[in-house]
Amino acid sequence: MMKSLGSIRRSFAPWADPASKPFISVKNVTKKFGDFTAVDDLSLNIYTREFFALLGASGCGKSTLLRMLAGFEQPTSGEIILDGQNLAGIPPYRRPVNMMFQSYALFPHMTVENNIAFGLKQDGMPKPEIAERVAQMLKLVKLEKFAKRKPHQLSGGQRQRVALARSLAKRPKVLLLDEPLGALDKKLREETQFELMDLQQELGLTFVIVTHDQEEAMTMADRIAVMSHGKVVQVATPAEIYEAPNSRFVADFIGDVNLFDGAVTSAEGGSVRIKTTGGIPVRMASSEKLANGARAAIAIRPEKIRISRQAPAHAPVNAAEGEIWDIGYLGDMTVFHVRLKDGKVVKASSLNAVRAVEDPLGYDQQVWISFGEDAGVVLKD
Amino acid sequence: MAKLASALVNRLVIIVPYAWLLFFFLIPFFIVFRISLSQTTVAMPPYTPVFDLAGGLAGILEKAREFSVDNYVWLTEDALYFNAYVSSLIIAAISTFLTLLIGYPIAYGMAKAPRAIRPTLLMLVILPFWTSFLIRVYAWIAILKPEGLLNQFLMTIGIIDQPLIILNTNSAIYIGIVYSYLPFMVLPIYSALEKMDHSLIEAAQDLGCTQVSAFWRVTFPLSLPGVVAGCLLVFIPAVGEFVIPDLLGGSETLMIGKTLWNEFNANRDWPVSSAVATVLLLILVIPIVYFQNVQAKADGERG
Ligand SMILES: Nc1ncnc2c1ncn2[C@@H]1O[C@H](COP(=O)(O)OP(=O)(O)O)[C@@H](O)[C@H]1O
Ligand SMILES: [Mg+2]
Repeated sequence: MMKSLGSIRRSFAPWADPASKPFISVKNVTKKFGDFTAVDDLSLNIYTREFFALLGASGCGKSTLLRMLAGFEQPTSGEIILDGQNLAGIPPYRRPVNMMFQSYALFPHMTVENNIAFGLKQDGMPKPEIAERVAQMLKLVKLEKFAKRKPHQLSGGQRQRVALARSLAKRPKVLLLDEPLGALDKKLREETQFELMDLQQELGLTFVIVTHDQEEAMTMADRIAVMSHGKVVQVATPAEIYEAPNSRFVADFIGDVNLFDGAVTSAEGGSVRIKTTGGIPVRMASSEKLANGARAAIAIRPEKIRISRQAPAHAPVNAAEGEIWDIGYLGDMTVFHVRLKDGKVVKASSLNAVRAVEDPLGYDQQVWISFGEDAGVVLKD
Repeated sequence: MAKLASALVNRLVIIVPYAWLLFFFLIPFFIVFRISLSQTTVAMPPYTPVFDLAGGLAGILEKAREFSVDNYVWLTEDALYFNAYVSSLIIAAISTFLTLLIGYPIAYGMAKAPRAIRPTLLMLVILPFWTSFLIRVYAWIAILKPEGLLNQFLMTIGIIDQPLIILNTNSAIYIGIVYSYLPFMVLPIYSALEKMDHSLIEAAQDLGCTQVSAFWRVTFPLSLPGVVAGCLLVFIPAVGEFVIPDLLGGSETLMIGKTLWNEFNANRDWPVSSAVATVLLLILVIPIVYFQNVQAKADGERG
């Protein structure tokens, strides 16, 4: 499976610049429904023009956070600052944000153009300007021919674009998108991801998107907040999240990963040594400060594990012997499942860069797996 | 074999409602219509011609010549009937409007209530049906009469010092109709509101609507099918209502149901009362059929 490392826009990293002020600041926000805590003491900063993704399993509180930004839910405690303004007590209709709903929530009794014009009419914009803006929006989402249709006369993809046009029509400062592509089929979803990215660039807006699809978040977002049980586990760029997850949870949640549990034998000079439970001595570059004997894990992505017939020169460090247990041919790459002596199955993938390999690896072959000192990350338990 | 049986069952399922309509609507209607074309006599039944099969087909055709539209002409000659129709339509329209004003908020409140208590609320709306309609209307006499419960209550708390004259006025009829037909208004509106997606309201608010404007721009238009159904369910029976104007209304109240009752029972003029009933039916059915056609066309365009 190919992993996109996300749209890395050159030099767009306001979060790394201590001088830049966040556009949205979520400060220690907690939201309780009865005695159930949906969002738990959560803090986040989102910057102007950022494409920010809230990623997490279903039920982890993403929508609730988004709905607090939109004003449909009030935080139980904590505060949300938008463009210097505390949003507490400000009703949805007076917030400079618009939301695209997961269900699209198109008004079934109105045509496409009336749906798009809804917010403009409510603001009392003069009619000619409304007509102009609606035409502009229809063009933007390529629905000019469907202006007079009712929502139920449209396909799912068209409805999605009407919802998008409607939420953009008022030129909000921030667009909130709750699983905007969740109802589309895979191919359309992938196309739409790029359309959304282009649109966000073109309009220069701040997007906050909720998704449970990690590939979608990786593809589109400048930064991703990985959420679990109402908390943010890690906020980072897609590349950082993938290459340097800060916890087992994130490592496991994003993409495929091999986790080697073990105990620290030494940690000094930017290098950590760990003896895995399977007996492999591992040396990994890491600045983690760990006590000898502490429990830790090494997370290594499958594509960073090499397979060879002979033992590598650095064996037994960062290497182990095993047999090929399973082979998954995916076309662009092959995934090998290698069973080590202690029964642990390790995933290793290799790119099929040449069309035919002379002597391909086969089932039950004895092989060595190995990895470099910078192939993985050390995770504290 | 099973296939044949299931085809037969399907056929039956379609036939049942048509058979129902035929036996309980069309045939009675034709009997009434036929009587409306006859003349009164002092006999049993009190009209001619009366068909019998003894004369054969020729005899029936011979007798059919006696049919005339005299009774319909008669209805146009006496202003009483015209006034009764108009007055019934006005009273029914006002009552329907009042029922809507009271019924909509009730339905809205029910649809917004926590899901768990909605069945209970629904039950409460239907509960009055468990006692006799007649008894409930009689009870209103006890409430509305000059020395009745309402006046006693209002005088005790000092709002009025003279009893209000409500009973035997049109106000009493409005109260009676609104009370009796309220569930027919509440239920269809409730069902329209209840199935509405709440995110539509949130979307409207997100786009700049206050709660009030979101209601008028989204909730109300989407509940219109329920409103229309409720209004028809109240208006149609209210036009021909007899019991409520008879028990609660005054002598000056003119309603077609009462007129019909008088023709039938007091005057024993079956043909004229049949004509009254036929015209009433046409007054109601023609606009409704027209309306349904328009609606179906609009739906067709949508679907
Ligand atoms: N209005 C509500 N009342 C009670 N519980 C709620 C409400 N809204 C959300 N929850 C609960 O909060 C949790 C988080 O929900 P949500 O934010 O919708 O999750 P997701 O990350 O899937 O979008 C879920 O367990 C959900 O059941
Ligand atoms: Mg959600």
